[in-house]
Amino acid sequence: MITGTIMRKASLGVIAAAGAALVAGAVFATFASAGDDWGPYQVGDKLSGYTFATPETRAMQDDDFENPAFIWIDVGEELWGSVQGTEGKSCASCHGDAEESMKGVAATYPKYDPEAGKLLNLELRINRERETRMGAEPWKYESEELLAMTAFVKKQSRGMPVNVKIDGPAAPFFEKGKEFYNQRRGQLDMACANCHVDYPDTMIRANRLSQGHANGFPTYRLKWQKLGSLHRRFRGCNKQVRAQPYGYGSDEYTILELFLGWRDKDLPIETPAVRM
Amino acid sequence: MAKTKARVKVPASVAKGEVFQVKTLISHKMDSGQRKDKKTGEKIPRMIINSFVCTYNGEEVFACDWHPAISANPYMAFYVRAADSGTLDFKWIDDDGQVYEKSAELNVT
Repeated sequence: MITGTIMRKASLGVIAAAGAALVAGAVFATFASAGDDWGPYQVGDKLSGYTFATPETRAMQDDDFENPAFIWIDVGEELWGSVQGTEGKSCASCHGDAEESMKGVAATYPKYDPEAGKLLNLELRINRERETRMGAEPWKYESEELLAMTAFVKKQSRGMPVNVKIDGPAAPFFEKGKEFYNQRRGQLDMACANCHVDYPDTMIRANRLSQGHANGFPTYRLKWQKLGSLHRRFRGCNKQVRAQPYGYGSDEYTILELFLGWRDKDLPIETPAVRM
Repeated sequence: MAKTKARVKVPASVAKGEVFQVKTLISHKMDSGQRKDKKTGEKIPRMIINSFVCTYNGEEVFACDWHPAISANPYMAFYVRAADSGTLDFKWIDDDGQVYEKSAELNVT
């Protein structure tokens, strides 16, 4: 009897040791992301979501023809020239050729808009322009039109470094964004930082955690099988920790987006990126 | 997407008999029939493109049957070779018989 117990304990010990070795091995056997040369997709310790994707996903993003997000970019380009609203204008009427006029614009968003008296991200700014200058109905958040236009405008800054202002009137919003990012929420009681600062490059169930950068949004997510906004992603993240998500275009998410802009600083804009 | 859009990429010109790649992409939801409506819990009916055909000057040069495993916004690339200049016609047919078409000119030197 005693012999049996000792043997069982010993064999358990062996299994436990083997288990520990397997776990330790798994933690270190992550995909080679740090240490590889990622070119513009890495800035110091900051790694774009691109570097956490599989080679197949990266290949889709690298080819403008194969990247399904370009379906929306084409729509955005059409809408740019389309006259809408009471003033009989299109985006092009004031802004001319988007490739010239919109170059570098998205890199500074979200930004404080003194006319609006609040922080606006690119989607909200586009809608504001439609309402105030074109006399056109604002597009519903996450609608095909707003996604297409936001992606089209941001794509004109593709390759340029993210560069949002966090000083001056943006400062209080930045502080609030930082608070949100670090605040635990939901039934799982987790903050954004708990995944994206504490455990990037590890597995959460079957997914690999990234650093949670926003430089590729609006993004074609394979999970969504379509282009989607950053706020949509935020809602997903909040739901995943079983927290009540905030609304599309909400102040909370726009402020969080500013904080992310600061986190993403100098990473290249990749819109429209392809991600899992 | 409100309107289904297709794009095709064909080299500007090819040498006679040279094998070249044709790329196509079409926007389509490709609903497999397994997805459930989040509100009602009912299965969203299958609606996919089930056939893709490419003809060259009227002659079929590439054809395939698609099934529900093909993801949304399908990308299809294939190789062909040509002896004469002409028109490549692409046709996508979905489950309810709706046909989407696109053409591209090919210059053979």
